[in-house]
Amino acid sequence: MQRRTFLKTAGAATIGAASLPFLKFTPASAAPTGVAVVAYNGTINSLDIHRTGTNRPSYQIAANCYDRLVSFGTKELADGSLSYDYSVIKPDLAESWTTAADGSSITFKLRADAVFWDGSPVTAEDVKWSLDRAVSLGGFPAVQMRAGSLEKPEQFVVVDDKTFRIDLIRKSKLTLPDLAVPVPMIINSKVAKANATADDPWATEYLHRNPAGSGAFKVIRWDPGQQFVYERNEKWTSGPLPGVKRVVVREVPSQATSRALVERGDVQVAFNIPAKDAKELAAMGKVDVVGTPIENCMNCLGLNFNFEPFKDKNVRQAVAYSVPYADIFKVAAYGQGVPMWGGESMSPKDISWPQPFPYDTDYDKAKDLMARSAFAGGFESTISMDLSQASWMEPTALLIQEGLAKIGIKTTVEKIPGANWRTANLVEKRLPIHLENFGGWLNYPDYYFYWCYIKGHLFNAANYHNPEIEALVDATLHIPTDDPAYAPNVKRMLEIAFEDVPRIPLWQPSLNSAMAKNLNGYEYWFHRQLDVRKFDIPAS
Amino acid sequence: MGWLQNARMVGMRVAHAIPALFGVVLVTFILTRALPGDPAAYFAGPAADERSIQQIRETLGLDRPLPEQFLLYLGDLASGDLGVSISTGQPVLEELARRLPASLELTLGALLISISLAVPMGVLAAMHPGRPIDHLCRIVATAGVSLPTFFTGLALVFVFYYVLGWAPAPIGRLDFAYLPPDHVTGFYVIDALIAGDAETATAALGQLLLPMITLALFTLAPIARMTRGAMLQALGSDFIRTARAAGLDRRRVVGQYAFRNAMLPLVTTLGMVFSFTLGANVLVEKVFAWPGIGSFAVEALVVSDYAAVQGFVLTMALLFVALNLTIDVLYTLIDPRIGSDA
Repeated sequence: MQRRTFLKTAGAATIGAASLPFLKFTPASAAPTGVAVVAYNGTINSLDIHRTGTNRPSYQIAANCYDRLVSFGTKELADGSLSYDYSVIKPDLAESWTTAADGSSITFKLRADAVFWDGSPVTAEDVKWSLDRAVSLGGFPAVQMRAGSLEKPEQFVVVDDKTFRIDLIRKSKLTLPDLAVPVPMIINSKVAKANATADDPWATEYLHRNPAGSGAFKVIRWDPGQQFVYERNEKWTSGPLPGVKRVVVREVPSQATSRALVERGDVQVAFNIPAKDAKELAAMGKVDVVGTPIENCMNCLGLNFNFEPFKDKNVRQAVAYSVPYADIFKVAAYGQGVPMWGGESMSPKDISWPQPFPYDTDYDKAKDLMARSAFAGGFESTISMDLSQASWMEPTALLIQEGLAKIGIKTTVEKIPGANWRTANLVEKRLPIHLENFGGWLNYPDYYFYWCYIKGHLFNAANYHNPEIEALVDATLHIPTDDPAYAPNVKRMLEIAFEDVPRIPLWQPSLNSAMAKNLNGYEYWFHRQLDVRKFDIPAS
Repeated sequence: MGWLQNARMVGMRVAHAIPALFGVVLVTFILTRALPGDPAAYFAGPAADERSIQQIRETLGLDRPLPEQFLLYLGDLASGDLGVSISTGQPVLEELARRLPASLELTLGALLISISLAVPMGVLAAMHPGRPIDHLCRIVATAGVSLPTFFTGLALVFVFYYVLGWAPAPIGRLDFAYLPPDHVTGFYVIDALIAGDAETATAALGQLLLPMITLALFTLAPIARMTRGAMLQALGSDFIRTARAAGLDRRRVVGQYAFRNAMLPLVTTLGMVFSFTLGANVLVEKVFAWPGIGSFAVEALVVSDYAAVQGFVLTMALLFVALNLTIDVLYTLIDPRIGSDA
């Protein structure tokens, strides 16, 4: 019992991660209160989101262990589950903020009681160091910051200890929400600087393994490739104290194993389970299943304009009419998510997003359009899919192949492995027919269009080029949604996207998780990673 | 004189391995670079643009000419630095040091089980060809090879964990209730016993059991078949007939003369099965969330994580050299023509 002890006794003292006495834990019924165990299908590779090569699963560390200046609110969805609320931006470390009368800057007032884990107060100096770091290290953090017009350190100004100002390059509706995504997290700069070296002024090596934040949870143990353990920060000031003391996140690569674990009650949450398991587990009723449609995201079929047939609008529309949408939704999505076909009119009623495109399976119409195109005799092409997303892409590709065969387009299905996929599809953009599922963190249709419908932009794998859409996105991206030009501009973008269909939406996927019935506080976030800050397991 | 000769032989074998290892280093370096796919694009993250991909490329040193990259890599190797795996964020050496024992513990345990079952079964089958034991041997061998390991693994999990609840949750080397024992051998069961912690040892053994059995079922087949074949051949050879004719004790004929000769091909097979299993049990690792070396290598390969792939291949090459050496030494002990008691 020396190296092992009951969890309950371990909570209070702060102990070095390596020598941490651990929890004695027997399945479900005997679980000590205040501990949640999560089966997670993925592996984190860093505790620092700013580091080069940090993968998506690791974003959760930024979300759970760090605070930001501002955060999003929480709302209850129709099914009673929780989701972050994009429409509400609420204080996090900043208690208030004001935009200058001329709109050239935003000034944030930091909360007086905000402290880091080591007890030192959060100052404007820390905020500046952290945001400087986010725009200076390059790679993904810099791109995400640029989306909010946060580009260079000179923009970040320390006014006094508790006052911080951001000078704006341009007035943009994206700036505030972009400060609430995981990237602009506030780091304890005193700790970080103490561990920085001449070669590594931003302490990337140190923060890679040792988070230094003010957030709701600390990471007290990280066994790479196996598990990591969150422990509640008793001094958290940015929200109500989480209901669980510890969350053990166990990396379980096999989906079948995850499912068995949650069914047996050995884990409280199986995070991000396949649609098939979600459907079956929900039907069994032993555990709760939450499926949240992923905002600003659609599984799409893309048609590449670099290939002659797809320059022809008739061909693109013919393809859009020959996709067996309902079958795909049933077979590949197991009915989980929101259909994105069968819209009523070629001109959108409103600017809700994502919304169904006005296409449905109609082979007669498709054949008619093909006959009117320059490719009446049909042609041959390739449907490409990403092997690492085979669970939905493979059945989808095969069904589309069948549909296309009916209108004289003969295709082969090409499976491309993970690393090559990004290069082939997004960087080189050389795949004639491809499947794609971009999701935008900032929940505006114009933001989606910015990434997917503008020539040269990363997710425009179709090489679509339309000057009108480009002018519209340019004019719309930064203006507020209550600007009189906003709604008409977005409507026009949708109309062009309906008409031109370089991307044919199939369905809006959902993020599914299964959890024990006594676990509360599971919340969906746009970053699609585990947020444990509201977890609660009431003693029964 | 015997040991001197042996020592010289070992020395020669090690010396021979050096050019082979250099070849492995060179070939892996070139092959990883020849893989399609751009690690910079992959690691630049979900919303990268041309600029950030270029930044990543520079950070990773991928913008330099290949010969320069190779020289840098050799320099790092010479100082024992295998680089950092970008996909796991850990130094490759640390990653291998942690995962290799996990794989070894599993593979050796599985081999122990399969040898203790397959060898007696093979010997008995050879002694009674065409009898029920022979048929059993054939059925086990066929079933073992034809059932994919992930299927056996999942089936075992379903029965013994999900339905019966006898086995612990299949979540890796140790339930989260326990702390890993202090590192001595890297084998949790042995380390826990060394530390005198019977409870952790039992828990670690419990976690090992199902994946070990899964792998054992798979490795049973080649060993049983090989034992049977080698024994049949040995039993049919002239010297056995002579020994029998001379009226030697049956047990002695089978156990000492026949079996000892049959062990030669068997040891070779064991070596092959071992090295194959060590790298190829990815599917078992996945089902049991086992943090082994196989899944590490496959994931690294999928994302073109150069340092990790190179480190893995190099480790395996070293392991093969060591294994072949061991087998050669074993030969001298077993083979009556080489051994000192000849």
